Amino acid sequence: MIRQERMQVVGQKEIARHIFELTVQGELTAEMTAPGQFVHVRVADSFEPLLRRPISVAAIDPVLQQFTMIYRAEGRGTSLLSEKKPGDTLDVLGPLGNGFPVEQAEKKAYLIGGGIGVPPLYELAKQLNEKGIQTVHILGFESKQAVFYEEKFKELGDTHIATVDGSHGTQGFVTHILNELPKDFDTYFSCGPTPMLEAVQWAYPEKRGFLSYEQRMGCGIGACFACVCRTTKSETDYIKVCSDGPVFPAGVVIA
Amino acid sequence: MTNLTVNLPGLNLKNPIMPASGCFGFGKEYAQLYDLSELGAIMIKAATVEMRLGNPTPRVAETAAGMLNAIGLQNPGLTKVTGEELPWLEKFDVPIIANVAGTTTEDYVEVAREISKAPNVHALEINISCPNVKQGGITFGTDPLVAQELTRAVKDVASVPVYIKLSPNVTDIVSIAKAVEEGGADGITMINTLLGMRLDPKTGRPIIANITGGLSGPAIKPVALRMVYEVRKQTDLPIIGMGGVATVEDAIDFMSAGANAVAVGTANFVNPFVCPEIIAQLPEKLHELGYESVEELVGRSHRL
Repeated sequence: MIRQERMQVVGQKEIARHIFELTVQGELTAEMTAPGQFVHVRVADSFEPLLRRPISVAAIDPVLQQFTMIYRAEGRGTSLLSEKKPGDTLDVLGPLGNGFPVEQAEKKAYLIGGGIGVPPLYELAKQLNEKGIQTVHILGFESKQAVFYEEKFKELGDTHIATVDGSHGTQGFVTHILNELPKDFDTYFSCGPTPMLEAVQWAYPEKRGFLSYEQRMGCGIGACFACVCRTTKSETDYIKVCSDGPVFPAGVVIA
Repeated sequence: MTNLTVNLPGLNLKNPIMPASGCFGFGKEYAQLYDLSELGAIMIKAATVEMRLGNPTPRVAETAAGMLNAIGLQNPGLTKVTGEELPWLEKFDVPIIANVAGTTTEDYVEVAREISKAPNVHALEINISCPNVKQGGITFGTDPLVAQELTRAVKDVASVPVYIKLSPNVTDIVSIAKAVEEGGADGITMINTLLGMRLDPKTGRPIIANITGGLSGPAIKPVALRMVYEVRKQTDLPIIGMGGVATVEDAIDFMSAGANAVAVGTANFVNPFVCPEIIAQLPEKLHELGYESVEELVGRSHRL
């Protein structure tokens, strides 16, 4: 169920350049059903900035009733969010959207992420490993300074890093790594910039895949029709990224 | 006991607060969050004769204390709205105000005739003010005579009272209000969004794919309030006021300026519970001001 809650901030730190890890505590955590869902966060109590910010969930701790968001502070809203400190409260609406279908993976899964699309793959990797599914992580970043959670992913499975400028791991994009890896997996899950999602789909046309999309959002719950995308089903078929997604099977969304 | 009821043509409202069209879909999303029967009414998303896919994305852009949108009247079309969306809303004890849009007079007439037959549609809101469609919409709302003729045509076929939704993108909104009153309108809803733009600071390119969009949110409240005040001075028609309403104080302001009821738009995106929250706060607020009923408050700014 979707809730709106004033959650307690329990931790915030910059874990890479402009990348922040923010942990909050509250009852809303118990409503989260799948990795890949997101929350809609109000960064100020005033009407400036006005709209909520959609932020993905990187880790869920049901015992402590806490979850962790990882986001890039690049605009006014996320910069304000990065100023929240333990003891502050945060107006959170969520969980929103449909996450990754963990049950679809059989034995081995590839988790392919780019930049700020990497965070939801961490909770996904945790849940897949808990079910005994082997995960391989292929993660792309701008540069060494932007890399985060490399060690955490390594604890869960083979982890390959690409950076655009070559300052860490393979130089280039995640697709450069994919070309070198065996296709001995049954399912892939991906989250990142739309061109990356397109490239990943092209790389594995024969595999079962699930992609998490990004779009400018208004309400976050499906009422405002801001974040629509066309689909391959028909000329007149539109999906709403926020409430029909953000995760869709590969081959459905025309982004 | 503070009396929140408001009686307007076609609309016996248990309270004066309703979500504005285009900000609430057909209610399904918000029904996950609270009981829609709490609302005074619901203004549903615009319906057109045929389904409309709307504009390309990006369709929204945030601005200072506001947002621009150019959704482009995306909707599933008249048949689906009357066959599926409206029947689904019947389970709630709430009157529906159906927003009617089109590109020709015939379009408006057809939608108005058919949609007003639905048992839970208690009034129509004729959208002659959508700034985001290439044809129709705002072109009907910027010329007093065109607006008046459309009002007449719709009144002829509608089986429920007709409210005309006015555009602020005009030189003299009062003349449009007077014209639609003459055309037989039962009421006015105002205001629709203000045309605006936002550019990408690096490239200079407009953020919204449609280039321009409709500005809404707290940023436009002073403009909306002024327009409600001016129109109220010149007409006794019922007015449903809107434009940047986000708090109970905003709702009080609009009713003070002459609105009989108040619609909440963009604020639903910021706080999805804003409508029931304002409704819950109204009795105490009215009591503080020394009023026992909403109707006593309406138009008080004109009686000073």
